[in-house]
Amino acid sequence: MATPVTVHAHAAPQGFIRKYIFSLDHKVIGLQYFFLALTAVWVGMFLSLLMRLHLIWPNAVLPLVGEIKPETYLSLLTMHGTIMVFFVLTTAPQGGFGNYFLPIQIGAPDMAFPVLNMLSFWTTFVAFVVMICAFFVTGGAPLHGWTGYAPLSALPSAGPGEQLGADLWITSIAIFCIASLMGALNFLTTTLDMRAKGMTMMRMPLTVWSWFITAILGLLAFGVLLSAGILLLMDRNLGTSFYVPLVVVNGQIMGHKGGSPLLWQHLFWFFGHPEVYIAILPGMGVASQVLSTFSRKPIFGYKAMVYAMLAIGFFGFMVWGHHMFMSGMSPYSAFAFSLLTMCIGVPSAIKTFNWLGTMWKGHIRFQTPMLYAIGFVSLFVSGGLSGPFLAQPVLDIQLHDTYFVVGHFHLIMGVAAIFGMFAATYYWFPKMFGRMMNETWGRVHFFITLAGTYAIFMPMHYLGVAGGTRRYSQYTEVAYLQKLMPIHQFMTYAAIITIAAQFIFVINLFWSMFKGPKASDNPWEATTLEWTTTTPPPHDNFGGVTPVVNHGPYEYGVPGAARDYVMQTDPATSPAH
Amino acid sequence: MGLALMAVIWLITLASTYFFAAKTWWLPVGAAEAAQFIDGQFALTFVLMGIVFLAAQLSLGYIVWRYREQPSSPPVLYSHGNTKLEIIWTVLTTILFIGLNLMGSRVWASQRFDQAGPGAVQVEVTGMQFAWYFRYPGPDGKYGATSPKLMDPSAGGEAAVGLNTSDPAAKDDVVTGTMYLPVNREVDLSLRAVDVIHSFFVPSLRFKQDAVPGLNIQMHFKPTVIGEYEIACAELCGLGHYKMHGMVHVVSQADFDKWLAAREAEKQ
Repeated sequence: MATPVTVHAHAAPQGFIRKYIFSLDHKVIGLQYFFLALTAVWVGMFLSLLMRLHLIWPNAVLPLVGEIKPETYLSLLTMHGTIMVFFVLTTAPQGGFGNYFLPIQIGAPDMAFPVLNMLSFWTTFVAFVVMICAFFVTGGAPLHGWTGYAPLSALPSAGPGEQLGADLWITSIAIFCIASLMGALNFLTTTLDMRAKGMTMMRMPLTVWSWFITAILGLLAFGVLLSAGILLLMDRNLGTSFYVPLVVVNGQIMGHKGGSPLLWQHLFWFFGHPEVYIAILPGMGVASQVLSTFSRKPIFGYKAMVYAMLAIGFFGFMVWGHHMFMSGMSPYSAFAFSLLTMCIGVPSAIKTFNWLGTMWKGHIRFQTPMLYAIGFVSLFVSGGLSGPFLAQPVLDIQLHDTYFVVGHFHLIMGVAAIFGMFAATYYWFPKMFGRMMNETWGRVHFFITLAGTYAIFMPMHYLGVAGGTRRYSQYTEVAYLQKLMPIHQFMTYAAIITIAAQFIFVINLFWSMFKGPKASDNPWEATTLEWTTTTPPPHDNFGGVTPVVNHGPYEYGVPGAARDYVMQTDPATSPAH
Repeated sequence: MGLALMAVIWLITLASTYFFAAKTWWLPVGAAEAAQFIDGQFALTFVLMGIVFLAAQLSLGYIVWRYREQPSSPPVLYSHGNTKLEIIWTVLTTILFIGLNLMGSRVWASQRFDQAGPGAVQVEVTGMQFAWYFRYPGPDGKYGATSPKLMDPSAGGEAAVGLNTSDPAAKDDVVTGTMYLPVNREVDLSLRAVDVIHSFFVPSLRFKQDAVPGLNIQMHFKPTVIGEYEIACAELCGLGHYKMHGMVHVVSQADFDKWLAAREAEKQ
């Protein structure tokens, strides 16, 4: 049982700057993260559009952008990947929704360390600005891919963009790591110390569990990436040789000796694999929350869901080597990494079963958040099932570094995670902005986006099976790749339509913010604490009242109850769980 | 809405499955010893995952339609789960995934744990921005020394890999830009890279291995069908990555000997 904790009380500030810019309020900070990620996702999506256009019309001269050269294409893919992974997939689910709703869902007035919270947002913002600057320096943005494999990333002479652009890229990531470490610390402390009376760990909504576990992963993973990035900066600028052995670039002997390119890969993926779960775990949390709410049924196997997420987090740190089966790493260790990778498939499968079990014999309501949660499950299954192919080293011989991998991770950590964010946006929009989003346009947006993302990413698997290598700016130089061009054409057309449909979302978002119908306090008839307070919540979240929790988070369809749901704060005399 | 959602999910599922099952785009025809096993393991994984894919997606579609809220719906099943079911599907998934993994590991072990047998034809592959070079040790069976100081990519051939021509073992080394291999003979491959990481990928031979600066990676494989096969670099290596292309000619032993002798003769 949690004991009530007295927290600092900071009064609602009145000035514009303290209220909206350098705010200490976790809700404002959550929105800041949300809008930062929204900006970043448009930048990242625009870059992907340029890539797709270049792939099928390599010589086109585009307005504003001009001609895309092979090295430009590589810069685009590097920046697309980096911006999407760090400033979208890490920023929105955790920094955005987590910041806004974790304190409210556990009944706390704010985060444990509001100043740290503000700092972590503004540090993230600085990281984003530094990242964008890489486009505009001499040589442009780096071309080494979001994975930044050394020596390519460590040698300024290895290609265009590898000069100042690469330094800015590494610096930005290092700053981002610091921001994420601060954020993770805050999330962990808040979850452990600031739960309301009666909010035991096993009564926390699965969203809170997902943010909590994500914060643990962040705390352990970002420190490693930060160190790795600093070493890379030193190799580039101070003449050290952590990652670079004696190499000859273009006939010139570089001044390095004795470094190991594989060391970078180990450090990078020790972060990189947990990062996949940092992106997807909050999506799992939201999907669980929404599926239960809109099926009007308790979540199937709450405890199994919690243990599955913990298992995913635990195993997530022991599988990084599966990115390196072809790297020259010892083939014996491939055995272990491969087996552990298969193990991580098990909790993922458990979660899928439980989502289906949650909807089974429920009363499914098809509002937009629910559509996106169902889409999440579908994409999670599709993206997940290509995992057991890639987890087998022997199949990786054919599939590694092909579009099969690109299709796999886009479905599962890209689009599935983004569907989680869409579900979260449509679900919490009424609470955040006090108005409802338009349902009809929400549905139109959903169906185009679902069909569109499958049309873009499913064919990538066919490409990969046929040996279609990734990170090729053109498919014209290799005869067997030329035959695969029709697939590329289809994907580009699908991408244009899907990207166009995202305007529906943005217009709906901003229009509803000002013109949408007023939302009640609990429009979805949900049970968790954010729906017990006013819409939008007051500065201290509960208007001077400290909530007391008497029930589990997903009490829907309770036999004998007055209505079909029992909120977490309802009196204990209601039929209790 | 439930019906529309079911229709869309089913349609996506069936269309996705069709292009796999019809093998419209599939693995290139295998031309190496390992191809049969790799393709078999791929097909097995494909069938098993395909079944799970169909079962999960089709039931997802069915459930959302079947349990849509209607005035006539019976009360929801108030249940927090079923431990027995959880255990059953956990155990089944574990057996499926681990079993699949163990089946695939045999060929991995035979390919990567053991060295090439005696009598294998030796070839050294060197990757650099943005070309592949192939070196044959010649009649003495020994690679001559190379030196970074001597590397001159613009000159191509021996100079590109930095062959030290004053080394006696280097006298009969042959360096080419195209790879020739005798059919049905094991190849003892040494992989090197001089500048950044490259990856030697020959889809038809079911072969891929990164070439890493500072490492000399030993691999072996056996081509089994005469023909010409394309090499594509599979690790991002710089602006010319997409055109870092090469060819493997798998020829009869007699043709291979003739080709190698002609290269030796050119050298003299």
